[in-house]
Amino acid sequence: MATQAEEIRGIGHRVRRKEDDRFIRGKGSYLDDFKLPGMLHMAILRSPYAHAAIKGIDTSAAAELPGVVAVVTGELMAQHNLAWMPTLSYDTQAVLATDKVRFQGQEVAAVIAEDPYIAKDALELIAVDYEPLDPVVTPQQALEPGAPVIRTDKQDQKDNHIYHWETGDKDATDKAFAEADVVVTLDTHYPRSHPSPLETCGCIADVNPATGQATIYMTSQAPHAIRTVFALVAGLPEENIRIISPDIGGGFGNKVPVYPGYVVATAASLLLGRPVKWVEERTENLISTGFARDFHMHGELALKKDGTMLGLRVNLLADEGAFHADAQPSKFKVGLFHVVTGSYDLPAAHISADGAYTNKAPGGVAYRCSFRVTEASYMIERLVQNAAYELGIDPADLRLKNFIRKEQFPYRSATGFEYDSGDYHTAMNLALDTIGYRELREEQERLRAEGKLIGIGLASFTEIVGAGPHKDYDILGLKMNDGAELRIHPTGKAILKISSKTQGQGHETTFAQIVAEELGIQPEDIKVVHGDTDNTPYGLGTYASRSTPTVGAATALVARKLRDKAMKLAAHLLEVSEEDVEFSRGKFSVKGAPDKVVSIQDCAFAAYTNFPDGMEPGLEGVTYYDPPNLTFPFGTYAVMVEVDPDTGEWKVRRVVAVDDCGVRINPMIVEGQIQGGLTEGFAIAAMEQITFDENGNCIGANFTDYLIPTAWETPRFELLETVTPSPHHPIGAKGVGESATVGSPAAYVNAVIDALWPLGVRNIDMPLTSAKVWEAIQRARGA
Amino acid sequence: MRVTVTINGVERTADVEPRLLLVHLIREVFELTGTHIGCDTTSCGACTVLLDGMPVKSCTLFGVQADGHEITTVEGLVQGGQLHPIQAAFKEEHGLQCGYCTPGMMLVAKALLERNPTPSDEEVRWAISGNICRCTGYVNIVKAIQAAGNAMAAPTASAAASA
Ligand code: FES
Ligand code: FES
Repeated sequence: MATQAEEIRGIGHRVRRKEDDRFIRGKGSYLDDFKLPGMLHMAILRSPYAHAAIKGIDTSAAAELPGVVAVVTGELMAQHNLAWMPTLSYDTQAVLATDKVRFQGQEVAAVIAEDPYIAKDALELIAVDYEPLDPVVTPQQALEPGAPVIRTDKQDQKDNHIYHWETGDKDATDKAFAEADVVVTLDTHYPRSHPSPLETCGCIADVNPATGQATIYMTSQAPHAIRTVFALVAGLPEENIRIISPDIGGGFGNKVPVYPGYVVATAASLLLGRPVKWVEERTENLISTGFARDFHMHGELALKKDGTMLGLRVNLLADEGAFHADAQPSKFKVGLFHVVTGSYDLPAAHISADGAYTNKAPGGVAYRCSFRVTEASYMIERLVQNAAYELGIDPADLRLKNFIRKEQFPYRSATGFEYDSGDYHTAMNLALDTIGYRELREEQERLRAEGKLIGIGLASFTEIVGAGPHKDYDILGLKMNDGAELRIHPTGKAILKISSKTQGQGHETTFAQIVAEELGIQPEDIKVVHGDTDNTPYGLGTYASRSTPTVGAATALVARKLRDKAMKLAAHLLEVSEEDVEFSRGKFSVKGAPDKVVSIQDCAFAAYTNFPDGMEPGLEGVTYYDPPNLTFPFGTYAVMVEVDPDTGEWKVRRVVAVDDCGVRINPMIVEGQIQGGLTEGFAIAAMEQITFDENGNCIGANFTDYLIPTAWETPRFELLETVTPSPHHPIGAKGVGESATVGSPAAYVNAVIDALWPLGVRNIDMPLTSAKVWEAIQRARGA
Repeated sequence: MRVTVTINGVERTADVEPRLLLVHLIREVFELTGTHIGCDTTSCGACTVLLDGMPVKSCTLFGVQADGHEITTVEGLVQGGQLHPIQAAFKEEHGLQCGYCTPGMMLVAKALLERNPTPSDEEVRWAISGNICRCTGYVNIVKAIQAAGNAMAAPTASAAASA
C-alpha cells in the first residue's frame, strides 16, 4: 500500500515504462515468437506481373514435395466463398487471384508445410500460366479514355474511376477567388510511402475443428474490429473468434487492415485442423501491404495584397491501387483531408477528389497520420510559404497574420470542423524565438552573398485526432468508440483492460498513470491488459492518434466511477455520511478531520470484506466512451538546412519543434513519440518512396531500395511545448503519436525551397533526394 | 550437419540443414526468441548477435558457420540476475518503444562500449548505423548508450560490465 508520504506518480510524471522490463531482456512475445503444438507454416506465391490474366495454375509438383501438407489456390478458396473479401472502403479485394493478377506481389497461391523452408521450396514448384496485360501505372493513365480496365471482376465498373467526392462551399470559394489580389498555386505529388514497421505482418491461425473455436494471433492494431470483420467475412460465430495481438514491433497504420494472408491461414487451419503460421518477409510487406499517401494534389490559395487569406481550393487525384482498401471513416472518401484549411482563419474552401484504380498494391493506410491529415497539412503549409514569397511578406509574419486567434476557439472551419482549442501564436513565437528566426534571416542573407545556401522552413500544423463522435465516425458501420474496464482487487492492486493496442506507444504505463491520477493507486500496482478480444472491452483500436483521446477518456471515467463507489465505502469505514468525506491522492478523509482517513486500498478491501448492507460487493466497472468532438493538437516546427548547390545534398542543421498536445500524461513518452515522428517526417521528406517502373514493377521492394533513415542521417531535435488542454476531454489530453509526422515534412521541404527560392526553384516533389534537388537547381539556372 | 556453439556461455549442439540461417538456429532450434528478424537484405540489424564479441547480422550467416564459436544474444546480457548497465540505461533513458530493434541495438552498444567506453554522439551514431529503429528517432538510444558507457566506466559498475 502507498505510504502517507509517497507521491502518486500520476499525470505529468516521467514514469519509466512498465513494458520495458521484458523487452530489454529479450522476453517480449512478438508474433513470430509463438510456437503452437502441431503448427504448420505458410508461404505465399505472389505475382511477378503488375497485370496479367491467369490461364492456369499447376500445383501438382508442389503438392508432392515431402513436407508439404496443402497447396491453396483461389479456386479452392472460391469453393468456400473466400476468394474475395470486403475491404475497409466498401470495395472487394482478391484473397487469392482467380481471374487475373492486378499488381506485382499479389497473392496467387499458398503452400502449407511442416517447415517454413519447405514451404518456400514448394513455391518454386508451382507453375502459373500468365498472359501479361497492359499495366496501368499512374492514376492519370488510369483515367485516360481506353485505358485497360483493371476491375473486370466488377460488373458495373467500365473504367478505372472509383469515386468523385467534394466538400466545402464551391460558390463561396469561387467568390473569394474572384475578389483575390493574388492566387498562389502548387502542383505536387505526395509520394507513395510505406509505414514499414520493423516487425512485418503475420498471424497464427489456430482453429479447433471439434469446438469451432478460432484463436488467431495477429499483428493487429485493431483486434476487436478484426474479430467482427472475420465473423462477417468467414461466417464464423463471433463468440468463437478470439484475436490475440501480442507484442507488436511497430505499426504506424500498416497493421490496421485485414490482409489476404490472414484469411488464407485461417481457412487452411480450419480445413487442416492444425495451427498455421504466416509471417511476411520484408519484401512481401513492402510490395503488398498497406501503403500510404500517393496523392496528386493541385492547390490554390487566394489572398489579398496585404496577406489576408480569402479562400482555398484543392483538387486531388488519389492512386488507390488495384482494390480500394483505404482504412478510414466511411463517411469521408479522402479521410480528414478537408481539415486542409489548417491553422488559418480561412473563410472559404472547396475540395474535390477523385480516386483511380491502378496496377499497384491496395490498402491506403494513414502512415502515422490521422486519415490523410498529413497530406492536408503538407498542402496548406507549402502554399502558405510560397504565398509569402510571392507577396514579399516574411513566411512567419504571413502565418501570424492569418492564424485563428486564441479567442476564436471553439472555431468552426470552412469545411465544418469545430476546432476545440488552440493558441497558435504562442507556439509559433516560441519556435521563432528558440531558433533565433529574425537573426537567422539576416545571417541567411549574409551567407548567400558568400555563395552558401541556408534555408529556413516553417510549418504550423493543426492535427485532427481521436476519431470519433459516433454521429460522423464509423468504419464499416462500427462506431469509433472505445472501452476501458477497471477492476480493483481486494489487496488494492488493479487491472485495467483496454480496447486499444500498443505497438510501442507505452500504453501499459500511460494508462496506468491515468488510473493513478484518478484513484491514487501507484502505476506499478496497475496491470494494463490489451490486445486480447476475449479479455478486453470492445473498441476500434490504436491508430490515428486515437488511444488517448478515446481510451484515455474511458479510463479516466471508469476510474471516477469506481472512486464514487469507494467514497461510499470510505464513509462506511469512517462511520460518517458520504457528504462528509473528501478525496485526495488516494486518501479519503473526513472533512475537517484530516487524521480520520482511509486509503483507496482500505476501500478496495472493504468492497470484498466489509461493505454496507444493500451495497453490491466488488469494485469494478466498465465504461465506453463516445467523444463529443475530435481533438486538435497543434504546433510549429522550424527547420534550418544547408543545401550544397553543387551536389544537391542538403543537411539539416536545426530542428525546433514546439508541440501542444494538451495535457501530457507521461512527458517522457510524449517526447519519445515526437522524436520518432520527426524522424519519420524527415524520412518522408528526404528518402522514403515506393517507386514503380513503367511496367508496374515495384522498385522500392526492400530496405536497400526503400530507404529508411539510420541514426547517421537522422537530424537532432530540440523539443519545446505549450499546453492548451482539450476542453472536452476528461483529462485535457489530445493525443500526440502522429503530430510530428503530420507536421514536419512541410517544414523540411519548406526549408530546402526557402534556400532555393531566389534561384527560381518553386517546387520539388518529395522525397527530396540529392539528385532531384540538384536537377531542380540546374533547371532553375537554365543549365 | 552438426553444429556446436557456445551460446550465452552454454555449449549447445544441433543437427541442422546446412542452409539453416544462424538467426533461425538461434530462434527456432535453441528457442532464444529475443533475436529478431526485420528484413531480407542485411539492412536492419534486428538480428544482430555477438560472434566472439563482434556484432554480426545473424540473418546473413548460416548456422553451421558459427560452429566452434561463441555467441552472445540479448538473453545473455543479464549476469547473475543483474541487468547489464546497457539494459538498465535503455529503460532509464526511454531508449525503446516497440522493443523490436532493442536487442540488436544493445548488442552493438556492448561491442562499442567495450572498445570505447565514452563514445561521442557521432561515434555512437556511426556504430549503430547498421541498425534501423523505426520508433525512437535514435535520440534516446544514443543517450542510453552514452549513459551506459558512463555507468560501466564508474568503478561500482565494473563487475556487471565485464560480462
Ligand atoms: S534481419 Fe538481419 S539485417 Fe535485417
Ligand atoms: S523501438 Fe521500435 S524499432 Fe526501435
